[in-house]
Amino acid sequence: MSAVPTPDSLLERAPLLVRDWVSGLFPASWRWLTGSLLAIAAVILGFGLLFTLLTLIERKALGRMQNRPGPNRTGPGGLLQPIADGIKLLVKEDIVPVAADRPLHFLAPVVLVAFTLLSFAVIPYGRHLLPVDLASGVLFFFAAGAATELAVFMAGWSSHNKYSLLAAMRALAQLISYELPLLLAVVPVVMLAGTLSTAAIVAGQGRWTLGFIPHWWVGTPCGAAGFLIFMTAALAESNRSPFDLPEAESELIAGHLTEYSGFKYALFFLAEYLGMTALCAMAVTLFLGGWQAPCVWLQSIPSYGWFFLKLGALLALLMWIRGTLPRLRLDQLMRLCWKFLVPLALINLGTAAFWHLSAGWEPLPARLARWALALLLVLGPFAAIGRRLGAGVERRRYRYAPS
Amino acid sequence: MTSVLVILAGFTLAAAAVAFALRPLVHCALCLVLAWAGVAAFYLWAGAEFLAFAQVLVYVGAISMVVLFAVLLTRRQADSDEAPGSGGAGRIAAGLAVAAVVAGVLGRAVLGANLAPSPVAARPLDVRRLGAELAGAYAPALLVAGALLTVALIGAVVIAATDAETRGEDRR
Amino acid sequence: MLGTGIIQGLAATAKNFVGSFHDPERFVTVQYPEEKAPVTENYRNFPFLVYDDGQDPMGTLRCVACRICEKECPPQCIYIVPAVDERGKPRKHPRVFDLDISVCMSCQICVEVCPFDAIKMDQTFEIAAADRFRGLLLDKHQLARPNDYYRQIHPAEAAEVDARLAGEKRQAEEKARLAAAKAASPGPARPPASA
Repeated sequence: MSAVPTPDSLLERAPLLVRDWVSGLFPASWRWLTGSLLAIAAVILGFGLLFTLLTLIERKALGRMQNRPGPNRTGPGGLLQPIADGIKLLVKEDIVPVAADRPLHFLAPVVLVAFTLLSFAVIPYGRHLLPVDLASGVLFFFAAGAATELAVFMAGWSSHNKYSLLAAMRALAQLISYELPLLLAVVPVVMLAGTLSTAAIVAGQGRWTLGFIPHWWVGTPCGAAGFLIFMTAALAESNRSPFDLPEAESELIAGHLTEYSGFKYALFFLAEYLGMTALCAMAVTLFLGGWQAPCVWLQSIPSYGWFFLKLGALLALLMWIRGTLPRLRLDQLMRLCWKFLVPLALINLGTAAFWHLSAGWEPLPARLARWALALLLVLGPFAAIGRRLGAGVERRRYRYAPS
Repeated sequence: MTSVLVILAGFTLAAAAVAFALRPLVHCALCLVLAWAGVAAFYLWAGAEFLAFAQVLVYVGAISMVVLFAVLLTRRQADSDEAPGSGGAGRIAAGLAVAAVVAGVLGRAVLGANLAPSPVAARPLDVRRLGAELAGAYAPALLVAGALLTVALIGAVVIAATDAETRGEDRR
Repeated sequence: MLGTGIIQGLAATAKNFVGSFHDPERFVTVQYPEEKAPVTENYRNFPFLVYDDGQDPMGTLRCVACRICEKECPPQCIYIVPAVDERGKPRKHPRVFDLDISVCMSCQICVEVCPFDAIKMDQTFEIAAADRFRGLLLDKHQLARPNDYYRQIHPAEAAEVDARLAGEKRQAEEKARLAAAKAASPGPARPPASA
């Protein structure tokens, strides 16, 4: 469990060298401005590119899971499909309903994308790649995410369409309900790490037992439960299947997005994928060790490589879930949140408190007892509440389908 | 950096004033949200990061939702989403009286406080100490606030449940 | 336990994903137009006229312009003008045989009523035309296909038709041979037929 001296290879320091070179082209008093602008440009361009690739990979992955190829006509293997989609959305006519509230109708996608991009500022992408080092970075991230809910309301209300408004209310209900398990799942990590700063949380996970077992928070019982609750709530917060009721086509056409066309629709789409990426990035930071390598000897791969590998794995998991699970109805969704996730998250808080207070149990039997007790505190309520909620629902019998 | 403070204060007060002046009620609510964001910016200027982000998370993220839901769910007719118009001497008099009382209280508090700028910078955030203070010295305040919120939540649930019953819908 | 159903579902989709790269059963898309889905033998789409000899398509058309198919066609998409020689006698050959495939509904009644196995159902569907009417009005040159083509697309049917036609031809030849033998062989003198 010894800390390893950090490798400072050329690959690790390459982004810093680029930034210093670019800042050197401008007067020295502008250094903070050029540094910030470079970071902003890197985040927007990098994650914009990731967004286009993600739309394509998602369509192809979903296709393969559904026994079909996905887009493969535009460009080799469909690689130019995102460009074709972008051009199509750009040249589409921007229709605003006559009775709509034009300023709000215009502002809604702008506010949404702006606050979603803001939340990318506190995520450490590599050892030296943190755009803004805030002492309360985690809180900033969730504050920016909470402000995006206003944009959903603005979109639904300004369309002057009672079905859009209704759908916006339903979307808001989903978003504010799932804020609770999202935040409660993060509190154990903050409690155990003792800090709200993302850089410090990642640095605190940089230890290995026997050189190959990393000390990521997902490895503790309360961390694993928190990770699962966080991922479920993240699916709901970014309106992803199986919680994509607000944007499903069979639900009030497109919900709060019904009256949007062309580039504004593309902005909503962009904001959804960016939000999903941001939440996955935060999950990687809090639970999966951020940019830390899983083994001591694998640190030759630069830290940002590890971060994007883990981010890619989480995004692939989200696509896998989208291809598998059917959509939840609104009441099923709310029931899952309030009757399942919130109690489990609160009990997880207690488990984390126990884990924190029993950190000093030294002899091996005591450590094993600590693990056993924590696992019991995590799995027991899960099984109990699961059984209570699933009572009276038995396995479906299909009369005509082949078994 | 008093120029920044002046700009922030001007923005916040302007947003609050516009929130009073607009006719569509939802626009008023959104301007109020801008005013709360201005207050969060003020906290950032003063160096209280945690408080600023907590202000955004709670006010802009949650209380704005409460206000908007209340506005939308309590409309009497479809087109009554405008602020009630001004008028009536009694109303004006009552408004002026309340304004005078609030101004008096605020004025006394501001004039009686020690506003000399202190050279000490804001302390860096220590989450452990924050938690210890909340659970120690400020625990009664926290418990009272929690109880209040629980009572409000239960009351809302009771009201909603009673409505459903009186309309004869079956509850599962 | 809660969650086992989700795990089973995830396993099923993973099997689909991985299998779609190497297992044809898990990749059911036929990537038209590079690949074409195979058609069954009984698939039919628009008729064609059969001819027997590739050297002289129009001369060996089986159609004798009896006009039964024109009368029986429900949407009346066939237009036939029989060929006549200089004296007005029908030459058992169509001068004009037009079939409007924008009207034809592929009901194959024309095939069923043809006494000469002259019109059969084709299987073609890649026949989009650039103009709306003229491109979809096929004449007898465009409708003619050899018997080999018929054997290729409907093997069982064509075998049956060929066997039947060959049998009829054999019977006709038998009858002709017998009649010729009777006429050639010396028999008792008979009074001439015409008195």
